[in-house]
Amino acid sequence: MKLELDPGVIARCCELAGAIAEPVSDFIAAHSTVAVERSVLRLCGVDGVTSDDVPLPNAVLDRLPAALREGGVARAFGAGLAHTGLDSLGLAGAIARGELTFDLFSAVRETAARSAATAQVTRGLERVRAARETRAEALERLPQEPPPLLYVIVASGNIYEDRTAAVAAAQAGAQIIAVIRSTGQSLLDFVPFGATTEGFGGTYATQENFQIMRAALDEVSQRLGRYVMLTNYASGLCMPEIAVMAALERLDMLLNDSMYGILFRDINMKRTFVDQHFSRMLNAYSGIIINTGEDNYLTTADAVEQAPAVLASQFINEEFAHRAGMEDAQIGLGDAYEIDPDLTDGLLFQLAQAQLARQVFPKAPLKYMPPTKHMTGDIFKGHLIDAMFNLTSVTTRQQIHLCGMLTEAIHTPFLADRVLSLENARYVMNTARHLGDEIEFKRGGIVERRAQDVLRGAAALLESVAERGLMRAIEERTFADVSRSPDGGRGFEGVFERAPDYWNPVEEALQRQPVTA
Amino acid sequence: MNAAAVKPYGDTLNDGAMQMSFTLPMEFSEAANEAARQLVVKMGFKDVAVAEGRAIADGFSFFVVYAKTPQAVDVSAIGAHAVRESSLSMDEADALIRERVKRKVRVAGACIGTDAHTVGIDAILSMKGYKGNYGLERYHEFETFNLGSQISPEELVRFARDKAIDVILASQVVTQKGSDIANFTALGELLEAEGLRERILLLCGGPRVTNLMATELGYDAGFGRGTLPSEVASFIARRMAERARANV
Repeated sequence: MKLELDPGVIARCCELAGAIAEPVSDFIAAHSTVAVERSVLRLCGVDGVTSDDVPLPNAVLDRLPAALREGGVARAFGAGLAHTGLDSLGLAGAIARGELTFDLFSAVRETAARSAATAQVTRGLERVRAARETRAEALERLPQEPPPLLYVIVASGNIYEDRTAAVAAAQAGAQIIAVIRSTGQSLLDFVPFGATTEGFGGTYATQENFQIMRAALDEVSQRLGRYVMLTNYASGLCMPEIAVMAALERLDMLLNDSMYGILFRDINMKRTFVDQHFSRMLNAYSGIIINTGEDNYLTTADAVEQAPAVLASQFINEEFAHRAGMEDAQIGLGDAYEIDPDLTDGLLFQLAQAQLARQVFPKAPLKYMPPTKHMTGDIFKGHLIDAMFNLTSVTTRQQIHLCGMLTEAIHTPFLADRVLSLENARYVMNTARHLGDEIEFKRGGIVERRAQDVLRGAAALLESVAERGLMRAIEERTFADVSRSPDGGRGFEGVFERAPDYWNPVEEALQRQPVTA
Repeated sequence: MNAAAVKPYGDTLNDGAMQMSFTLPMEFSEAANEAARQLVVKMGFKDVAVAEGRAIADGFSFFVVYAKTPQAVDVSAIGAHAVRESSLSMDEADALIRERVKRKVRVAGACIGTDAHTVGIDAILSMKGYKGNYGLERYHEFETFNLGSQISPEELVRFARDKAIDVILASQVVTQKGSDIANFTALGELLEAEGLRERILLLCGGPRVTNLMATELGYDAGFGRGTLPSEVASFIARRMAERARANV
């Protein structure tokens, strides 16, 4: 099943994505953010909270004078380690309590500071590499069922209830479990600490919650003889810190988009661009598969009209991911089944879009999101729409398949909702397993023409973005019909220019070690 | 149909037939099946038939049950809560405001609290609208401000005061643990405390919102699932016209 697509247009789109990302990369290379620096501290082993519940990475960075911060937190923190002989936790605690201040370490020689920080970072990255190896070994020993990998969410607000739900879903056939975050976490400029039992619309992403869920899934993976993956959200103001925590606790996937926060959460674009790059460098190293958020274009505007924007965004997301060292097999570009069910031939348009992405990004583990926008309280119709989504997914060989819930518009899923949804997907995908290998679309028919139109539309959109520059294009409402200014939005105050002697040992180590799959 | 005693309809008038499904936190077994049946009997149902019962995970079983209820409802005793007024067209609503209010109506909308789901408020406010029905931004006589997601009641009230807002649209999609009710209540109370409540037309919306719930919370109206922008626009135009007349 192949659509006739002009390879020249696809090549041009890739070229344009490169031209769009280039000036942004220059900006990224010259800047850092508070979240990037806190990530460095986390990799040095700084974790925990003060007596006022302020996370230690925040407490330490808040006490670092701006002039030192521009040189990167690693040097100043390394100087403290060398000067005091304390370990990372001891030093961080003393700084947070005000017992030690950074000016005490000013006489420490550069080489001593660097070697002390490097030793900590090396140990942190060692843990990340070990987690990656454990995952590879587990996937070998406990092979997954063939894709589309069935993905469901748990979102009770209580990590222990989530654990029960996740284990039940795994038994019903889920291959990937996402713990939806509490609404609003993306706008917190810190990561909450510890196991949590209260949340709204989801459960806080904390390192301990990651551990609890990973342990439960490891146990059920063993029992089922197949590895069940865990995912969370590296988005919002703490994108790189979540990437560190996920790497340490062996999450397998992360939602991680280069523009989502800008457009849909009004997070400053400069902050987002710098943060996404650093988090993706980490993801490249930890072997985590990212999922991008193009589905959001479709839930907030008309899905038929927005199709070219989805494809354009996929090209841009892919380009930024490549620039951070990610391989194609780690880049789960997003799309969604959101066309109005009342539209005649809507299924044909969905097939066109899904097959287009499949052919344009042949090695990407595409992520396919279910219908949400047109789901109503009518669970019976909803179940049927989900079945058509399942059929489209298996036919066009999507890889990461977020199962639609019949109760999508009603509540966060009940335990049985997930089971019914997984049964729907398993039935459809089994009964139509090789349909895609057996059918051909008519040359010049509705599906093929639609795919060609969308591809041309994406190329035109990318041309116009390349011409204006990405930041100006976002300001001029090119994506999702929202305007964001380069210096507006949340988190801008956390972006700063790197001093000429800026030093970040994590970045150095990640750039030095090309990833081998 | 007897309006004084309405019952569910399966295939015969007044048979009271209903379907339900639920999960029990126990391993599936004959005992679990019987537990499901007894539960539904305890609810007062007759002719209880467990059509499907099976294990769905370790420690959980799932049931589909058909049963007949002896209960009936007197429809004539139900007050008309969600009366839908006929919608004005965009031109009619604009004309009504132009003639009666004689100035643009200033509308502010936001997803309040920590809720980040702007689907509803965007559908009502954005130029594009919803289901081919234009949003309030498109109306000539509305000046709209879409504050977006995660706006605290305090921020919204401050904005309303500073910008001399006439109409507030508060949206809530997430309802977990009653967060929607808490936020709606906080907004209403804050407007009262600031002495703005009388002057402002206060509306709420969301998939779980009903007009009855909204009026109980002291709102002027509530708009639920499937509401079209023109319904909200018509309501605003009519109320603002009434207020203008009352103030003459």
